Amino acid sequence: MSDEAVLQVRDLRVYYHTPSGPVKAVDGVDFTLIRGERFGLVGESGSGKSTTAWAIMRMIKPPGMIEGGTIRLGDTQLGPLSDNEIRNVRLAEIALVPQGAMNSLNPVMRIGDQILDGMRTHGHAGSKRTIAARLPELLATVGLQPNVLRLYPHELSGGMKQRVCIAIAISMQPRVIIADEPTSALDVVVQRQIMQTLSNVQKRLGASILLVGHDMGLMAKFVDRVGVMYGGKLVEVGQVRDIFTSPMHPYTQLLISSLSSLDVKGVLHGIPGTPPSLLNPPSGCVFHPRCPQVMPRCSVDVPAPQEARPKRSVACHLYD
Amino acid sequence: MTALLEARDVSRVFGSGPEATVALDHFSLAVGDDVPSFTTIAGESGSGKTTLARLLLGFTQPTSGEVFYRGKNLWKMARRDWMEFRHEVQAIFQDPFEVFNPFYKVDHLLTVPVAKFRLARSQAQARSKIEEALVAVGLRPEETLGRYPHQLSGGQRQRLTVARALLLQPRLIIADEPVSMVDASLRATILESLKKLHADFGISFLYITHDLTTAYQISDNIIVLYRGGVAEVGDVDLVIKAPRHPYSQLLISSIPLPDVNDRWDDDDQSLASRAEPERATMHGCRFADRCPAVMPMCAETVPPLYRTDDRRAAACFLYRDAPTLGGANMDQVLAHTARAATQSG
Repeated sequence: MSDEAVLQVRDLRVYYHTPSGPVKAVDGVDFTLIRGERFGLVGESGSGKSTTAWAIMRMIKPPGMIEGGTIRLGDTQLGPLSDNEIRNVRLAEIALVPQGAMNSLNPVMRIGDQILDGMRTHGHAGSKRTIAARLPELLATVGLQPNVLRLYPHELSGGMKQRVCIAIAISMQPRVIIADEPTSALDVVVQRQIMQTLSNVQKRLGASILLVGHDMGLMAKFVDRVGVMYGGKLVEVGQVRDIFTSPMHPYTQLLISSLSSLDVKGVLHGIPGTPPSLLNPPSGCVFHPRCPQVMPRCSVDVPAPQEARPKRSVACHLYD
Repeated sequence: MTALLEARDVSRVFGSGPEATVALDHFSLAVGDDVPSFTTIAGESGSGKTTLARLLLGFTQPTSGEVFYRGKNLWKMARRDWMEFRHEVQAIFQDPFEVFNPFYKVDHLLTVPVAKFRLARSQAQARSKIEEALVAVGLRPEETLGRYPHQLSGGQRQRLTVARALLLQPRLIIADEPVSMVDASLRATILESLKKLHADFGISFLYITHDLTTAYQISDNIIVLYRGGVAEVGDVDLVIKAPRHPYSQLLISSIPLPDVNDRWDDDDQSLASRAEPERATMHGCRFADRCPAVMPMCAETVPPLYRTDDRRAAACFLYRDAPTLGGANMDQVLAHTARAATQSG
């Protein structure tokens, strides 16, 4: 295979331990990120998409626990690494562009100092002066003027703050950029500029992007492959074009037909029912209570992901 | 004819001096009572759309201009008129998590208005009215009543607030981003229930949103706001399908439509170059600093609304050959659709 796997996630399980029992936020997720590709992880709130992203960064906090599975970055297994070692992987190898840029910057620190701080604590070798000299160029790659370095976060607009977060994320030229709803708090016009910026820096670095989000429209515009999550499981993975033109999993089908477009007017299709409780998930397939094509065995057997078509994995008994 | 609710030349300024922000600038809009209408107020954050909602609901007082409820100035009305106003004009808010008091069962949200407005003569009648409202928004009363807010999903909670609004049988519902915090799969269901209320009960809607695809799906009219002023107004099909104002054009072209044949990959760089707007100059057109079609005259005076089509007007000098439409006459291009009343879902 010519495609080089940069990040491999196998059977990842993350549970939140609550007094009522474990909440299985991520329950056996498998996917591979290829070098230079953009992979979208899409799902509703509570589907486990952000938890998956945070688990890759090993940023799950109690009561959350990574219960099992492996995460491999290139040839390195991340699981056995010590906290110090994983700290050096973060930012340098895998960087996170967080959701809500306004809340992730330090309000009492100048932008320039925050970028420097990140690079130095994550093991950048250069001296403070040599790094500082490179900052204007770094800002230019995300479309910001050098004077921003001297400003405080409150002096920037939401879009500018998100650009700063992208600058921090790429400051050490990581192999993988995880963008967790990077534009959820921004307007559509700014959203498009931010995605453009992300696209430009990705091409420059040759990095892979894991875009986590709920907006199928954004996925269609931006990613190469997409993984659809539901109830802590990855129900379908495939090329973005295939997923949109011929979705196979009933949930994906309903999700795509629920999107409002500007083509057809007046037809709105919601998905009946409510998202599953992860504390007491439905037996068998997590989607079976809402599935229009449900069969008797769906409430009994958990469907395993299978390659139903080339480059397409689906976890549904319809394709057994 | 007196309008049900009317904003007349309303402005709202926050702060003072050079730091002052004009959130809404000389805005006029009338919502009639005779024929139900469904109008979207669209714009990005900072466009003044939520300020407008708060002014119309009587939560904030205008800095200048007046808001009238059935011809009476909202801020000079008698208490009885306020009660009447609170009855006829309902609000649905963005966050279905914050509307509820977590210590009360969700029934509280429904029983209080029934008691306050004396909607029922007996407990049994109150119960049946509540159940009716719940069914109308697609909730099963037996699965909803008696529960606490945290036991319901975001979508159920938001439908409950819609049911509450419906319970009062209002003439107008002002819905401020009612689905922006709700998951995609439930969004369509909630919008469908709003549309149903409009069609079945003849309730007018002001739908405030930044999401133009849902605006297109459910409304008849749209008003595009930019930095407190109207950029474009008219029939939603005209404005969304063939926008005239350069701002509406930029806004609509930026919607991430779920179309895999139209990707963002090989974009030109022009978007990035006019990335961040500077503080608005109050002399000329508010959009001049970002506008790709800017002309010298744009920096000097604020463009009036030009009536480019029968059912549309745009505040842009590109259309200065068209007749002007005074801001107070915006309802001339807005449809008060009788078709909504006859439409069957």
